[in-house]
Amino acid sequence: MPALELKGISKHFGAIHALNDVDLTLQHGEALGLMGDNGAGKSTLVKVIAGNFLPTGGEIRIEDEPVHFSKPVEARKKGVEVVYQDLALCNNLSASANVFLGREIKRGLWPIRWLDHAAMAKRAGELFAELKSETRPRDLVRQMSGGQRQAVAIARTRLSAAKLVLMDEPTAAISVRQVAEVLELIRRLRDAGQAIILISHRMPDVFAVCDRVVVLRRGRKVADKPIKSTSPEEVTGLITGAIHVA
Amino acid sequence: MSSELVPPTAHTSIESVLDVQQHTALQRLLSAQSLWVTVALIIICVVMGVWQPASFATSENFYNITRNFSFIGIMALGMTAVIATGGIDLSVGSTMGLTAVACGLTLEAGYPWWAAVAVGLAAGGVVGLINGIIIAYVGLSPFVTTLGMLSIARSCAVVLSGNRMLYNFGPGGAVFKTLGAGAINIGPSFQASYPLVFLCVLTAILALVYKFSGWGRHVLAIGGNEQAALLTGVPVKRVKAQVYVVSGLAAAFAAILDVGWSGSAINALGASYELLAISAAVIGGANLMGGEASAYGALVGAALIYVIRNALLMAGIDSNWQGTFVGLFLISAVYLGKVRGAKRE
Repeated sequence: MPALELKGISKHFGAIHALNDVDLTLQHGEALGLMGDNGAGKSTLVKVIAGNFLPTGGEIRIEDEPVHFSKPVEARKKGVEVVYQDLALCNNLSASANVFLGREIKRGLWPIRWLDHAAMAKRAGELFAELKSETRPRDLVRQMSGGQRQAVAIARTRLSAAKLVLMDEPTAAISVRQVAEVLELIRRLRDAGQAIILISHRMPDVFAVCDRVVVLRRGRKVADKPIKSTSPEEVTGLITGAIHVA
Repeated sequence: MSSELVPPTAHTSIESVLDVQQHTALQRLLSAQSLWVTVALIIICVVMGVWQPASFATSENFYNITRNFSFIGIMALGMTAVIATGGIDLSVGSTMGLTAVACGLTLEAGYPWWAAVAVGLAAGGVVGLINGIIIAYVGLSPFVTTLGMLSIARSCAVVLSGNRMLYNFGPGGAVFKTLGAGAINIGPSFQASYPLVFLCVLTAILALVYKFSGWGRHVLAIGGNEQAALLTGVPVKRVKAQVYVVSGLAAAFAAILDVGWSGSAINALGASYELLAISAAVIGGANLMGGEASAYGALVGAALIYVIRNALLMAGIDSNWQGTFVGLFLISAVYLGKVRGAKRE
């Protein structure tokens, strides 16, 4: 049973065809690199899967169940978690507050219900430990390094039993050392059976952690290959259009 | 699926640092603006008490100052919630005027005190709700929306009151007046006015809300990063609308106490109080960029403003200088906040 199945997904903005007839299948425990030039449709595809846009045409299935998302919250309920490019963190809150933002653990009986800070800090700490990240739950995100912030954003996706994690350029804005840290986080997620789509401009990242690579050009899928049977040169050619289809 | 992850072995130190905070409780206390404002407040009180024991350090003066700043303090409490989301509410002064008139008319018509309180709170709540809907759902800027409401609410207050003072309170008047003018004894010689008691209780409640409620956390999250709050499923629009309702209710409650204390309702009540309420919140550590809120800060900020005014008066300085001193403290508070912010980055 595939974690995610896209059949003939299209997205048109008026006359602009951002996505045309895209098919995609992703298994549990598989990391897929989604590549393409600016405007190729990567972000649009991610936004369709994450529930930001309704597709103009086509079908999305999560574990064989057809789904229609009109809001990101609905996608999350079906097990689609997103790590946004800018990480979507609140600097003024603690790591644990960010992990649980929008789904806080509470105690007490309605209508008097209060936040269970201790339980949230403990669970967040466990998640950071699983990710082998030295991030302290009660520290403010403001004081954290890029790698730690990434760990907070990724830990958030592990709160629920996510079926699919979308990562939009997770290594775009961090230092070289932290890139290695983040790639390690992605590997751990995949090894734990998580289906992952990694959107990236960085060829080395995709080749380091992904099992497969999909290339989009002008809204169409032009390649879908196991990482072992392709090369950075071929993928570059596919992205730029030097190689037409593979 | 998470259970399939291998537990960490190399990083045994992680568990041991789980409870460690980069900022210890003491460090956080020392970096809180409200602490330093409290220190300033105590210093001014001690200096004045030693210098003018016969006029400043009297139970009567304590009673008057604490009652006077309670009205502004209660408004400032509501203002902290708005400011925490990165908004501003300029309409609270006019909301007071409208509430005063609404209460006055209800009492003059012979309804009981609780009906007047309910009508007054409803007036403030509706003003806040209109602000909130326009800001959160229509998407206009808080500054412009509440500036417009400042004008609208005051104008409605003038029209409704027939531009006259309302003081012929009916049978409900006696209890209504007690709400603002009553006091409880603390110790043998000191008295705390009911407005001060209400302020302290509301401050405690709001402090608990910020610390322990999901709503308080969402208010701070919206101020910190509205986009992040939205993406993580925080009901951003609803919470943004709610903070203006809270602010409107706080202003209405302050007006109810003020009318009760003065025994009459005038449509000009609260004119320019919005600036005092914002000043009190900001002096107490609220950050106009959003993401920070302190209920205690609102209380102590309001106290500082009124103690400075009182101290200048007692020192025999021309009362026209009061604004200069309050303004200097406000600007210093913002500067202090900026310095603290720079240190944390």
